[in-house]
Amino acid sequence: MDHGLLTSVIHAIVIASTPLVFAGLGALIQERAGVLNLGIEGLMIVGALAGFASAVADYPLVVSVVVAALAGAALASVFALLVLRLYANPVATGLALTLFGLGLSALAGSQYIGRTAPQVSEWIIPGFNQIPVIGHAFFSHDPLVYLSIAMAGIIWWFLTKTRAGLILRAVGENHSSAHSLGFSVLAIRFLAIISGGALAGIGGAYLTLVQTPLFVEGMTAGRGWIALALVVFASWRPFRVIAGAYLFGGVSIVQLHGQALGISVAAQWLSMLPYIVTISALVVIASRGRGALAAPGSLGITFKESK
Amino acid sequence: MKKSNLVISVLALVTVIAAVVFFEPVEPKKTVAVSDKVKIGFVYVGPVADAGWTYEHDRGRLAVEAEYGDKVETVFVESVSEGPDAERVIAQMASDGANVIFTTSFGYMNPTIKVAQQFPNVKFEHATGYKRADNVATYSSRFYEGRHVLGLIAGKMTKTNTIGYIASFPIPEVVRGINAAYLAAKSVNPAVKFKVIWVSTWFDPGKEADAAKALIDQGADILMQHTDSAAPMKIAEERGIYAFGQASDQAAYGPNAQLTAIIDDWAPYYVRRVGDVMNGSWSSTDTWGGFDTGMVALAPYGKAVPVDLRKMADEARKAITEGRLHAFTGPVNKQDGTPWLKAGETADDGTLLGMNFYVEGIEGSLP
Repeated sequence: MDHGLLTSVIHAIVIASTPLVFAGLGALIQERAGVLNLGIEGLMIVGALAGFASAVADYPLVVSVVVAALAGAALASVFALLVLRLYANPVATGLALTLFGLGLSALAGSQYIGRTAPQVSEWIIPGFNQIPVIGHAFFSHDPLVYLSIAMAGIIWWFLTKTRAGLILRAVGENHSSAHSLGFSVLAIRFLAIISGGALAGIGGAYLTLVQTPLFVEGMTAGRGWIALALVVFASWRPFRVIAGAYLFGGVSIVQLHGQALGISVAAQWLSMLPYIVTISALVVIASRGRGALAAPGSLGITFKESK
Repeated sequence: MKKSNLVISVLALVTVIAAVVFFEPVEPKKTVAVSDKVKIGFVYVGPVADAGWTYEHDRGRLAVEAEYGDKVETVFVESVSEGPDAERVIAQMASDGANVIFTTSFGYMNPTIKVAQQFPNVKFEHATGYKRADNVATYSSRFYEGRHVLGLIAGKMTKTNTIGYIASFPIPEVVRGINAAYLAAKSVNPAVKFKVIWVSTWFDPGKEADAAKALIDQGADILMQHTDSAAPMKIAEERGIYAFGQASDQAAYGPNAQLTAIIDDWAPYYVRRVGDVMNGSWSSTDTWGGFDTGMVALAPYGKAVPVDLRKMADEARKAITEGRLHAFTGPVNKQDGTPWLKAGETADDGTLLGMNFYVEGIEGSLP
């Protein structure tokens, strides 16, 4: 493998992984607040459509990203209302949200068949992009790639270094205690859900704006579910979400290149590889014992204020 | 407080159930108690809006409606995964009173046969399969005839002598397409090489796009695909290379990139078969139509295709239509070097339908 090819492989890995980073972080922030949202796939596809519609209408990238985030947040707020205020079962509601998002985007997206969005220009980071091999691979991307990395940093900083982040984690670990300390569990979870929805929406929009600049229904093709698995894989830590997403994206892209190079491994095995890697990593994490697999204590449990 | 909560909860529950029911991928029952309409069901593997394979089947369905008007009623279910789910959907259609059901993907073969045994009075039509029964007919198109023409164009137009091919699953239909395109390309350009990537899906635009990028990064300057989305076409357009549309005209996604496209035109077949059901002359048949029946068509050539090449492609197409040219004409060896077709010999349909080997010259192995 020559340098040029290696560079383009890494470049492709970064692009294939970025939707997973956004969606994974979106799931993470909700789960750290104790909310299990299985609707990530639905949030992604709605964001994918909203961002694409905005780009087709020739709005600049930043507007399209905001539109996608708002669409994700809007749909997530429906989830929040059902789960937080009306005590609907979060698992069923999340699944319904996925089905609803897929259906809604298919209905509203039918007019976008055959349309294409303008290409997103790359932001080349001067100096760094001169580094051999990794220069082009990591430092000449569209702005959303850098945003995804920055988001992981911001979320890490928020969760570990700020009081608000501490409160959010407290709500996720033990909502009764947090409530008795006077924090509004519902308000905090609501904010976590709409932030997570916005991130998932941006993750979906990355697909339609950069990775595959077109919209067809069902095009998220299960990435929302992979994002949910990534959060567990990452043991609920933001930077590990990036690592997991890049590992998953890496194996996916490398197997495609391997085939084109004529490396004769059965394609089905190569397609399974990302999932095998994920499961193996889960086993390793779990076997390291307590603390390593730190699921938030109140994850997925409905909170009701006692009367 | 309690009462209002209960009301709100019930409302929420109804909303959620409505959402689930509304988007449950099974058509609502539309059975009319007394109806002499012929009811026709279609089972699709992808969304109607895939701008490819399923889109063309649905155009066939619409052609049936246009032809017979209110004498027929059509229903369809889209995005039905191949396997047990398909069996459920097909059986549901049959018990809802469909007279004839078209199952439009290879993977529906066994479910179709199984359901057909339970509903002997319902006619079934399975696309691209090889298992038939008294009430199960099969039909397919000789896409490989189109692939032959694509191969000629690709072989002539490639500068890097590398053609990228995005394949779905190693079933005979797909393998046949690769072989046909390769033999044609090789016949006009002995230096041509094919790089094949199997993506193990019919429809995942993201993965198809990734495969397209991988092939381009490895030197391919022309892409062919046997998957259902327009993503590779879009990537080809972005990267400034060429590609062939799949199943449907995809020029909208690649106005500069598309050289031509194989178009599956199911309308003539669907109209004829539904007519047979209506006048009682339907029987289980095996139809394999090509350019000659209009079931395989080509999109207009892209502006990048030079005039002399258009002529050559048109001539090949005419020769195939008239039966003077067969895409698989010897001498052809199998990949391992064993002889398959002697000089001048053409492949028989049986071998083509079960094709599970690469021809000599293609690198890599079948998954």
